[in-house]
Order: sequence, then C-alpha cells, then structure tokens
Amino acid sequence: MIGQLDFWLMLVLLLFALIALEVRDLLAAVGVLTGYSFLMALLFAELGAPDVALTEAALGAGLTGVFFLVALSFFDRESED
Amino acid sequence: MKSLTSHYDSLFLHVVTKAIVPLIQIFALYVITHGHYSPGGGFQGGVMMAASILLLRITLGEASYRRFPREAGLAIAGVATLLFCLLGFASVVFGGNFLEYGMAVPGADPVRLRYWGIFWAEVFIGFLVWGALVAIYDALVTGGVE
Repeated sequence: MIGQLDFWLMLVLLLFALIALEVRDLLAAVGVLTGYSFLMALLFAELGAPDVALTEAALGAGLTGVFFLVALSFFDRESED
Repeated sequence: MKSLTSHYDSLFLHVVTKAIVPLIQIFALYVITHGHYSPGGGFQGGVMMAASILLLRITLGEASYRRFPREAGLAIAGVATLLFCLLGFASVVFGGNFLEYGMAVPGADPVRLRYWGIFWAEVFIGFLVWGALVAIYDALVTGGVE
C-alpha cells in the first residue's frame, strides 16, 4: 500500500534480526527480538492483515519475550559464541 | 540475574502495574467478545489476558499467587476445553457435524445459532489460551516441579 513505508520497515526488520544474532548480551538480544516482533506486527498491519498483526503484537512482542527472560534467568547472560 | 519468582521492590512499578492490569484485561475481553466479526478473537484475547497475569507475576512475585493461584491456570484451561468439546458435540447429538452450530438446537433459527455458536467458541478458546499460557509460565519458572 504505502511502498516507502514497506521498504523502510523491512530494512529495519533486517537490521534488528542481524543485531539480535550478533549481540553478545543475551538480555539485549531478547530486547531486540521483541522490537523485531513489534516491527513485524506493524508490517502485517500495514500489509492489510490486522488479525495477524494483533496476534504478532500480543504473542511476539508480549509473551515470547517473557518466556525468553524466564529461560534466561536460569543461565548466564553472556553468549558463548 | 535476579530470580523471576522474587518480589521486585519498586513503588512506581507496583502502582503502574496495578493501574494497567485491569485496562489490559478489559481490552482482552473486548477482543475476545468481538472476535466473531472484527479482527482478533479467542486466541489473541486469551494471549492478552495471559500477558496481564504474567505482568502481575513478574512485578509482584509471590504475592501474585494470592490473586491468581498456581492451580488456576490448568483448571481454567481444562474447564474451557471441556466446554468447547461439549459445544462441538452439541450438534453431533442431533445429526450434524462437529462444530456445525446450526444443528445444535432443533427448531431454532440456524443463523442465530451460528452467531452464538461462534461467539461461545471464541470465549472458550480465549479462556483455554489464557489458562494454558499462565500454566506454561508457572511450569517454566519452577523448572517443572512444584
């Protein structure tokens, strides 16, 4: 629909994904992944799929972040590789 | 890293949590009950209800188990699953297919039956998702043991 917005959202999405892969602090990685999910929800809403966008916003930006944090609380924060 | 089951001591966090949790839950109920004719539905609303409980769990710690006990998650999910199955099989009794709401009550208007059938299916799915996700969180936090 809005071609320019599509392009920039996808670019930032790619950037967030690369940062989440590369960052060594796992807590920061979870934060970036949550931001990635939120941008994904924006992209879905912009592409005309409000149902999927609502799911992604609630599940991706809300719950998986919490679950990752719980898993992280059992381990060290620093990544090995 | 601080354990997630412990109480996080910040006045701002507690006040904001207590103010925002009812708003999240009202919006979640709106999403569930309007799911049959607008974006959203049982799953999305249920996830939001679970998110509000998880917010209480993370900020209040042990005190949140008084508001929403550890056993409540699985109990809500189980009862909602049972009610969903009963709703699905209501039409099978009168010769319809599973979840064929129009056949559920003989003699009633099939259009109204389908409307209310989808509505109640959304409500039961919402409660099922709510209970199951909170139960998953509780199992994760305790490492699977009580």
